[in-house]
Parts: sequence; C-alpha cells; structure tokens
Amino acid sequence: MSLLIYFIIVPLAAAMLTALINVRAKDKASIIPIVAGLILLGLSLYCARQLNFAQVLIYKIGGWLPPLGMSLVVDGLSGLLLVAVNLISLLVLVYSSKYMRHYTDDWKFYSLFLIMLCGMNGVLLSSDLFNLYVFLEIASLSGYALVAFGVSAEDLEASFKYMVMGAMASIFILLGIAMLYSYTSTLNMAEMAQALSTRPAGFLISFVSVLFLAGFGLKAALVPFHAWLPDAHSSAPSPVSAVLSGLVIKTLGIYALSRVFFNCLGISNKVLMALMFLGALSMVVGAFLALKQSDIKRMLAYSSISQIGYIVFALGVGTPLAILGALFHILNHAASKSALFLNAGTIERAIGTRDINKMGGLNAKLPVTGYTSLMGSMSISGIPPFAGFWSKLLIIIAAVQAGQIAYSAVAVIVSIVTLIYYLRFHTKVFLGIPAQNTAEVKEACGAIKWPVIILGFICLAGGLLLIPSFRDFLNRGVDVLVSGINYKDAIFQAVK
Amino acid sequence: MSLYFMCLILFSVGLYSVVRKRNIIKIIIGIGIIEYSVNLFIILIGYRLQGRAPILARDQTIENMVDPLTQAMALTTIVIGLSLIFIAVTLAIRIYEKYGTFDITKIRRLRG
Repeated sequence: MSLLIYFIIVPLAAAMLTALINVRAKDKASIIPIVAGLILLGLSLYCARQLNFAQVLIYKIGGWLPPLGMSLVVDGLSGLLLVAVNLISLLVLVYSSKYMRHYTDDWKFYSLFLIMLCGMNGVLLSSDLFNLYVFLEIASLSGYALVAFGVSAEDLEASFKYMVMGAMASIFILLGIAMLYSYTSTLNMAEMAQALSTRPAGFLISFVSVLFLAGFGLKAALVPFHAWLPDAHSSAPSPVSAVLSGLVIKTLGIYALSRVFFNCLGISNKVLMALMFLGALSMVVGAFLALKQSDIKRMLAYSSISQIGYIVFALGVGTPLAILGALFHILNHAASKSALFLNAGTIERAIGTRDINKMGGLNAKLPVTGYTSLMGSMSISGIPPFAGFWSKLLIIIAAVQAGQIAYSAVAVIVSIVTLIYYLRFHTKVFLGIPAQNTAEVKEACGAIKWPVIILGFICLAGGLLLIPSFRDFLNRGVDVLVSGINYKDAIFQAVK
Repeated sequence: MSLYFMCLILFSVGLYSVVRKRNIIKIIIGIGIIEYSVNLFIILIGYRLQGRAPILARDQTIENMVDPLTQAMALTTIVIGLSLIFIAVTLAIRIYEKYGTFDITKIRRLRG
C-alpha cells in the first residue's frame, strides 16, 4: 500500500505550498488546506475500506524490511482514528476559512495546522517507537505555536505553560524509548514485543511503564498532569481548541498510550489498575471543576479532562466490551467537543465575551449554533438517542460485568454532574431573556454553519455505528487492542 | 557506570532548574540541560569500550564497533530540541513585551 505515505506527504506539501504562495487575499489562503483535507479524508476512507480485505496495511519506506527499515502500518485501531482525525480536521478547516479571517496572516495558521495534522497522521501510522516520538513532537511543537496564535498576553502565558509541560512529557517518553532500546536492541514495536516476550519482566519494564504513563498521561491531560489543559484549550483560537480537545489529546495521549502498553510492553494488571484509578480520578476532578466555571471555553476544557477520564477508565477495565466503549467514546467525544468548541468560537465572535453570566437568549438569534450545541451537550452528557449515551452505557455495563461496582457508580454520578453543567451552560447561554449585547447578532454564514451541522448530525446518528453492519469498523479496532502482544504476529505475516 | 551517574546528575540539575527557578529564561535553560542529558544517555547506550566508528570498508573486518543507530537518534533529538528552544525563546520574548517581566510568579492572568 504505497498510498499510506501520502498521509504524511500531502499535509506537509500543502503546508509548504500555503507558506510559499502566502496569499494575502483574504479568501484564498484556505483553498490549498481544504483541498488537502479533502484528499486526506478520501484516503482515510479508502484505507478503512481496504481493511475489510486485509488485517494490516503496510508500507515499507524505501523497500527495506522492518527490522532494518521503517514501515508505516494501518490496522483496525489506527484506521478508525485516521478517519476521525481527517474528517474533523477537514470540517475545522472549512470553519476556519471564515473564522480565521479576523486574524492577521491567516496563512500561518493553515501552515501550522497542516503540520499538526501531519504529526497526528504520523503518530497513527508509525510502527516504530522513535518514529512515533518524532511525529509526536511535530504535532506538539506546532500545537504550542497554535495556542499562542492570537499573541495576547493570556495566549502566550498558556502556551508557555503548555510548552514546559509538553517538553517534560516528551523527555520522559524519549527516556523510556532509549531504555527500551538498550534492553531489546530494536525500535520496531512488533520486534520489541517479540524480544520482550522472551525475557522476564524485570524492574526495567516497570520503570519504563511509569515513564510512559507520566509522559503520555501529560499529553492526554490525565488528572495529576492536567494543569496545562484548561489554560491552553481556552486561550487558543476556537478552531485550534476544537482540534486540540477533540483530536490531539486522543492521538498523542490515548492512542499512543494504548498502542505502547497493549501492543508493545504487554499490559499487566498493575498498569490496568493504574489506568482505572487515573481515569476515575480525572472523571471526578474534571467534572467538579467544570461545574464552577463561568468561562464557556474553560468549562468545555475541564469537561474534556472528565471525558478523557471515561476513556482511560474504560481502557483500564480492559474487557473487549469496555475497549469497544472506549473507542466509541473517543469518536463521540471528538465529534461533540469539536462542535461545542466551534460554537463557543461563534458565540465569542458574535457577542464579544466568553462569560456565561453575560449571555442569554441566544437561541433566537443563532438558532443553528443553539441546536448544534444542544446536540453536542446531550451527546456528551449521555442522553438516550444521542451517540454519547451508547458509549457511556457500554463503559458502565462493562465495568459492572468486570466487578468494578464502586467505579461504575462513580461513572454514573459523574455522568449526572456532566448533565448538570451542560444544562446550566445551555439555559444560561441560549434560553432565557436575551441579554443586551445580543441585539445586533446575526446568523453566521455557510462556512461557519455547515461544519457544526455535520458534527451535530454525527452526534445524533453516531449510535448507528453499533448496529451490526457498521460494527466491524469499531470491532477491528477492539481486536487490535484485545490481541495484546500477539499483535506482532499480524505484522510479521503482513511483512512477508 | 560513573558516566551514567554523571548523566543523572545533569538531568537533576536541569529538572531543578525547571521546577524551582522563577525566571522564564532559566526554565528554558533547564529544559535545554535536560535535553542534553538525555542525548548523552542515548549516546552512552550505543557506546562500546574501545569501539570504533561503524564504517564498512572492503578490506577490513570490524569486530568492535559503536552502535550507529543511537547516534542517528541523538542527531534527531538535537534537531527537535533546537526547534523547541526556538519556540520557547520566541514565546519568552513576546511574554516580556506583554508583561514586562520574566518572573513567572507575576505572569498569572489565567485562573480557575
């Protein structure tokens, strides 16, 4: 499958072209990025379809076989996330074609955004630990720059905080990779799983596990490591917050974490317990801190921490049903949180404030924003027909089946708290008496409306992914994680 | 062994600087020091005592060579570290323009 390399070439080339052509005319800077986004979405859908016929798609760079050369691999798990990443990035690019016009030099935004997209695609494709680290750094570095894109005092402060934390996380990950390399003399994940399975799990593996847990935990903003997220995600321009909250913490944090722990190191009971505890802690802390926020984007950022907690908790439960719930919740949270962040941007642009107490009655003025926000909120808080309900239900059922009654009670309570703060957000912002500052608000144009309408529709109809004819899409991802370190056999077969 | 220990000391010096110092520039220097210590560690992993450069020549047999892969890794991490420091210093300059100070205890507008 030589097509896989285009997941990295297309965004990089488009980033370079956008910077080279450097269109000052306001409308045109977004054309190349949107075309690139369309190509990437087509590619990822094609790959997801090809996975029906082959378990693993592999591309050997330069024709070298894996122990010597690097290879790009798409399996069920990365195929699932590739579709989500490229679909939501495309929608966000369409949204920002209108939204980012108010910033000077918006072509720089598109360039950085495409580099970040390249990094995320690279993380999903790489089958090599050091490669994964390099792409992770590409995505994070452009993320730091994007958070500071508005160059106001708050943006810079948030970006610096994010950068220091992110740099520490990357160093922990690099240290872990170096130690694993010295123990197994290989960087390829399949080879490494092979080498580790023949040796006793000693002190080194526990130490490396702690390093990876801290590193990827920082990238995913699990609770003891979450301090940077509310600042960074609320200060960034809204399209950036949508991608950071919807995609970056999932690909750089959760995907990388689960790939390394499940498929490379081999998951042990201690790690599962740690993931379950950290997940439950993030759920509770995130939800209760979100409850008292009056800034909408800050509230959404804390809610991201809480939902990441659900995903990590479900991965920690570790049964196939729980992993299905976790993967499904990744998709649902990506769709609903990006819709909510984009809508927060529209609201901020329309009335010039992010303070919940200064808003009211926006539903009459911005009906599309109001209804799509309602869909996103209901999906996140888990109200029945919406997609988020099914994923939360799966997670809680799986936790009960695994005998974790106390944890599943916590999950149910947090779900109620989530509903409370989203209802408070909705009633204060969209219902009630119109505030004075809403008098001149007009409905936004098509480029702002359609992406959130599509995301809202995904929130509403996402539950259909669970019906048997579509379910393979999710189940292939579950199979990859459930197979654990035996995943290496599939890679070795595909290489031959 | 003592080399690894000194590498650890370098790491701790950098970590101390990141965690304890208030000046943004000193924090950035700390990040730089940590990166160097990790690079040093990576190079040390591939080092063999009395080893020679891994260059294949036709008339020679190489018995004891250092690992070239770790050197390539260190090269890559140096480049990544460079771009990280670059972004960090750019941010520091802009922060100084806005706040007029490098003291992180005074750069606190974000709360909650």
